[in-house]
Amino acid sequence: MVKKTLFDKIWDAHLVQSIDGGPDVLYIDMHYIHEVTSPQAFNSLRERGIGVFRPERTLATADHNIPTKDQHLPIKDQTSRKQVDTLAENCRAFGIEFFGMQHPNNGIVHIIGPELGYTRPGMTIVCGDSHTSTHGAFGAIAFGIGTSEVEMVLASQCILQYRPRRMRITVNGKTGKAVTAKDIILYIISRLSSGGATGYFVEYAGEAIENLSMEGRMTICNMSIEMGARGGLIAPDDVTFRYLEDIEKSGGRKITTAEREFWKTLHTDTGARFDREVKFDAADIRPMITYGTNPGMAMPVDGTIPEPGNDGNRDSYMKSLSYMGFKPGMKLEGHKIDYVFLGSCTNGRIEDFRAFASVIKGRKKSPEVTALIVPGSKRVEKQIYDEGLDSIFTEAGFEIRQPGCSSCLAMNEDKIPAGKYAVSTSNRNFEGRQGPGSRTILASPLTAAACAITGKITNPEEFL
Amino acid sequence: MPGVKFTVLESRCVPLPVENIDTDQIIPARYLTTTSRKGLGKHLFHDWRYDKNGEPVKEFVLNNPVYSGSILVAGKNFGCGSSREHAVWALYDYGFRAVISSFFADIFKNNALNNGLLPVMIPEENLRNLFMLIQQHPDMKVIIDLGHQLLEIPKTGKAIRFDINPWKKECLLNGMDDIDYLLTMKEKIEEFEKKHIIP
Repeated sequence: MVKKTLFDKIWDAHLVQSIDGGPDVLYIDMHYIHEVTSPQAFNSLRERGIGVFRPERTLATADHNIPTKDQHLPIKDQTSRKQVDTLAENCRAFGIEFFGMQHPNNGIVHIIGPELGYTRPGMTIVCGDSHTSTHGAFGAIAFGIGTSEVEMVLASQCILQYRPRRMRITVNGKTGKAVTAKDIILYIISRLSSGGATGYFVEYAGEAIENLSMEGRMTICNMSIEMGARGGLIAPDDVTFRYLEDIEKSGGRKITTAEREFWKTLHTDTGARFDREVKFDAADIRPMITYGTNPGMAMPVDGTIPEPGNDGNRDSYMKSLSYMGFKPGMKLEGHKIDYVFLGSCTNGRIEDFRAFASVIKGRKKSPEVTALIVPGSKRVEKQIYDEGLDSIFTEAGFEIRQPGCSSCLAMNEDKIPAGKYAVSTSNRNFEGRQGPGSRTILASPLTAAACAITGKITNPEEFL
Repeated sequence: MPGVKFTVLESRCVPLPVENIDTDQIIPARYLTTTSRKGLGKHLFHDWRYDKNGEPVKEFVLNNPVYSGSILVAGKNFGCGSSREHAVWALYDYGFRAVISSFFADIFKNNALNNGLLPVMIPEENLRNLFMLIQQHPDMKVIIDLGHQLLEIPKTGKAIRFDINPWKKECLLNGMDDIDYLLTMKEKIEEFEKKHIIP
């Protein structure tokens, strides 16, 4: 029998047709949509005079532009409100389930899909958002698409795609105690560069990956796109199955016997060939921060900013450091910071709030730091209060806001002012990503919490 | 959006020799609240193009009268980051019809091809030479011939071959689009669903 990678098994099970000399017609099991990248697709459907082919396979949420305060009031910004209203109206008109801002299931699209049990192993999943790779944590082929492709999926439940190349990234061994999933993925991206996995679909494997919770695995897969990968996935195992069983027990989607049997086939066969194999040792990974304006520019929190290479990249590298107000050879540990953001589809899950709380418990936020603490969903928010984490946050001087994408891309009013430094648990440190002129330093929730306490870039190891 | 035709383009070039230009630079997130595809050109490269008072930044290439044309030439890994198709719509609305670089991010490339904005990928060394040539001769024109997959530089008499997937090439040459094709597949898709394992 042909030895297959997990990726190929799932891809082949969704192949409607291979076009001779062209792309594959791939069937999509689950399509998530949100307010920003869908309106133009619905407009085109209307222009073509066609409907949504399988509305039950699309789920909608409002997350990107919504405020994270006073969500019981109408959205103040008029164009944002219009965009969310347009999504509500499109969902009504085409029969799509929609979790609006006040719905108890509302939240960031990549948080709610998994927590509500819509994301399942072996699925193909797309969304007009590059962090759709998050869902790969369940052993699914999940990738971000543009609006024209959103329209394709609405119209036909299929997408035309070329099969990407396959890469396996194995992280062997055990990580240190202050090293989280976020540090693992920042380390990987720093080694492969921000474009180093372009054209590939990544499978993450190895002991350090297997030891992660579902939340941690989602953080890893989430940032696959930050090295250019089409997506990333992890073979489902008992950790995955228990997560889905918990959803079932709490009244969520049932697991059928056929489904369970199918899940057991979802692994890469021994001897299957990858186009590229990369191996890392978990013991080499330290708590990580970024120092530049793409996620590949990352180093250990107590590291020194590297000198530029001689590959013609020098100007772009120096431009990036100059934007950040940094220089080669600088250490950042102890550097003053102004803002801390906990949240996003990368680190806005309950485990991230528990981690942050474990550091700030019994301590006080630095008065120099403004903190934005934003749960990834209404359910995460509820869990924070149910577990009593809210009092830890409040006593340490932190205010918990309401769910949304918030300061990760600053489409709403949660913006970092120009020139200010923000230690952020999100996924992108691009110029102006968190507001015009803002300077982002990506880090784990543990590191972000340590920085919020001291007001400086701080190694979380000292707090554990 | 219905298919857009692309066959041959002859134009001057606008050079932007910066690597890893992400879609947040091409169009900042705060301009994504629109529900239309049109009108985004005025926000293209907004935070590089305008200062915080909204005045044009003289040094930025789009504000430099020496350079113009419908071809943008940019550094390696162009279009990385977010999947926002708004980045392509903004480039197109501004007047660009092709982007030349040594490397494109995947989602950006697909989005561009789906909107008739041609991504032309050439080797790094050719790209560096092209930047130099444009600097020396800002009024020089180049020709992008999609049918022959050639970037012709009359100034030097050279032509660089570029790759494009044959499916998208046909679509662009004929003004077809993927949805037109998928809509003809309905029966086949329904047949597939009958034996599909995932509910």
